[in-house]
Amino acid sequence: MAAEGQKLPIAERRNFLKNGLMLAGGMLAGAAANAQASDKNLSLNLPPNLPKWSRSLGPGVLTNPYGKPSRFESHIVRRNVPWLTADRIASISFTPLAELSGIITPNSLVFERHHAGIPDIDPEQHRLMLHGLVDRPIIFTLDDLRRMPSTSVIRFLECPANGGMEWRAAQMDALQFTHGMLSCCEWTGVLLSTLLQEVGVQESAAWVLAEGADGAHLSRSIPMHKAMDDALIVYAQNGEPLRPEQGYPLRLINPGWEGNTCVKWLRRLEVGDAAWYHREETAKYTDLLADGRARKFSFVQECNSVVTFPCPEKPPTEKGRYELQGLAWSGRGKIKQVDVSFDGGVNWRRAHLKGLVLAKALTRFSLDWDWDGGPALIQSRAVDQTGYVQPTYTQLREARGLSSIYHKNAIHTWRLHEGGKVTNVQIS
Amino acid sequence: MFRLAKALVVLASATLVACSVSVNYDSGDQLDLSGPDQPEQVAGYYGVGKAASPEEIAGWDIDIRPDGLGLPDGSASAEDGEMLYEDQCAVCHGSFGEGVDRYPVLAGGEGTLTESRPEKTVGSYWPYASTLWDYIHRAMPFAAPQSLSDQDVYAITAYVLYLNDLVDYKFVLTRDNLASIEMPNRDGFFVDDRPDTSNEACMNNCKDAASIRITSEPELVVDVSPVVKSTATAPGY
Ligand code: HEC
Repeated sequence: MAAEGQKLPIAERRNFLKNGLMLAGGMLAGAAANAQASDKNLSLNLPPNLPKWSRSLGPGVLTNPYGKPSRFESHIVRRNVPWLTADRIASISFTPLAELSGIITPNSLVFERHHAGIPDIDPEQHRLMLHGLVDRPIIFTLDDLRRMPSTSVIRFLECPANGGMEWRAAQMDALQFTHGMLSCCEWTGVLLSTLLQEVGVQESAAWVLAEGADGAHLSRSIPMHKAMDDALIVYAQNGEPLRPEQGYPLRLINPGWEGNTCVKWLRRLEVGDAAWYHREETAKYTDLLADGRARKFSFVQECNSVVTFPCPEKPPTEKGRYELQGLAWSGRGKIKQVDVSFDGGVNWRRAHLKGLVLAKALTRFSLDWDWDGGPALIQSRAVDQTGYVQPTYTQLREARGLSSIYHKNAIHTWRLHEGGKVTNVQIS
Repeated sequence: MFRLAKALVVLASATLVACSVSVNYDSGDQLDLSGPDQPEQVAGYYGVGKAASPEEIAGWDIDIRPDGLGLPDGSASAEDGEMLYEDQCAVCHGSFGEGVDRYPVLAGGEGTLTESRPEKTVGSYWPYASTLWDYIHRAMPFAAPQSLSDQDVYAITAYVLYLNDLVDYKFVLTRDNLASIEMPNRDGFFVDDRPDTSNEACMNNCKDAASIRITSEPELVVDVSPVVKSTATAPGY
């Protein structure tokens, strides 16, 4: 997917960037204009005056039976990068990370990646078939699965192509596009190991093929050790049924692993004694190195981090004290430490890990920061519980070259310009 | 085999740790693998679901493996596939597999994997012919997945192989010979051996401040007088 993007002629790419920028700029400029236009009205709602909403009645319960965000937050949406893919059916949209708090991504904002669009599945007519090297091949309904013991875990979900457009050079000028193929939800379902035990797995079993019910019938081979460890067959995210774009009514979640292995609209699991080498584990999701060889079954999403404030979408507005914030995550476990640099990696300060620090989940970090109005090169560097330290671009490129597309987890730099503008850069 | 799954999981992770000290996987904090509702479980313990019949399985079991496992009966030549490909595939992938607009390129690119712009196609990159049969059958043509007969999948697969100079125009692809087709990049893959980088969490004076250059920045923002002058060469996307 990123490969297609990389082939885009420069003019087209520039147009996209311009449009993207105008969009982001438009948002800010629009807000500023509004603020000015309604300055007079605004002050009527400020102390010592009593705001108009304090002097009237609002709409009643069930005005929005499902609920929706304030109309003042309508800019918080997923966005896509049109030149990345031929159409929006086999395409991707990005999570607005700059706008989110805590570690949970609201269901409406979880990034999307489809290969044949979003199927409209009637759960009554959806089935999960589990067969192959098992004693009792079984077809499960949703009700069957809900009768089995459930597990809920908070885990990140990341497309291995996250940041893939940045392998050669800084290209995208918004956090949403540099890191937004990333979300984190509480997932609820049945452990795959429970299902496998229920059907009785045979001696020679080594892999499980997971397959979707969408037109792409997306399929991935999952090694048995993952299937028997923490792989989860989920029907709910953040407390409600899965969203259609997240695999409703059933999805595989392989915590910490490539989002692509977390097969959506799951219809079939086949146990076998060898891997299948399907398109998504050969043509795609293999990492080409400079010497022409490619890494296969590179399942784990390695430790990564990014500063979410300040960032291009959320620049500082005036000199003074701020809480810098960011997100760190590792597919190998918990985040142990995050350091932040303001001078392009010469000196680092230890950040504070906020709230829940969970394995294979987004971890929020923060740091008190005094901005003097001057320029800075802001970076974050995460270390996970295995001691793995997030690499620099130089290190990553030395190990892999420029054509890997996937698994780009290099230390990211935001350039804070004099006056407060923030841009995406890469530095030596 | 997996009646005592908990023990096995422990074993499996122990093996992993033993293999590679730096990579140990943590199943996770919130995951209670010995949960209260999980007594020692035997197959059929929950007794839910219904037995899958051979007919039901046959209808959905579409996967093909490199060793040919899963292939149905059938045989067809590249010649047989030519018209089918023109009718059903060329509009997106091009008559020669060159790709139209941003639709995937299916042919060419031999020897480009080490170049700065590698072209990964069926011929230059895919390790197994089975993957092609499997993928065309499961997902193509894009707007009508699984609409091709097995016979047509053999024909079109043969034709795409032909477009990649891997078989002759008269070559007949069959259930029995598909696994023996040697793809050029068959040995080009190796199993994940990461971590392949090692950084250190240095805290002070970690590099020479004077050496820092901005190597790239999206074009549009290189307007303001840069703190550090851009040394970027046009990436040539
Ligand atoms: C309407 C356009 C369209 C048509 C017609 C079409 N395809 Fe595709 N094809 C696509 C798209 C889009 C993808 C990528 C899908 C994705 O991203 O998952 C694709 C992917 C492929 C791939 C995988 C390429 C790779 O490098 O991973 C192959 C092989 C393929 N198509 C073969 C065919 C064949 C054979 C036919 C005719 C039977 C066909 N396609 C018809 C749009 C089309």
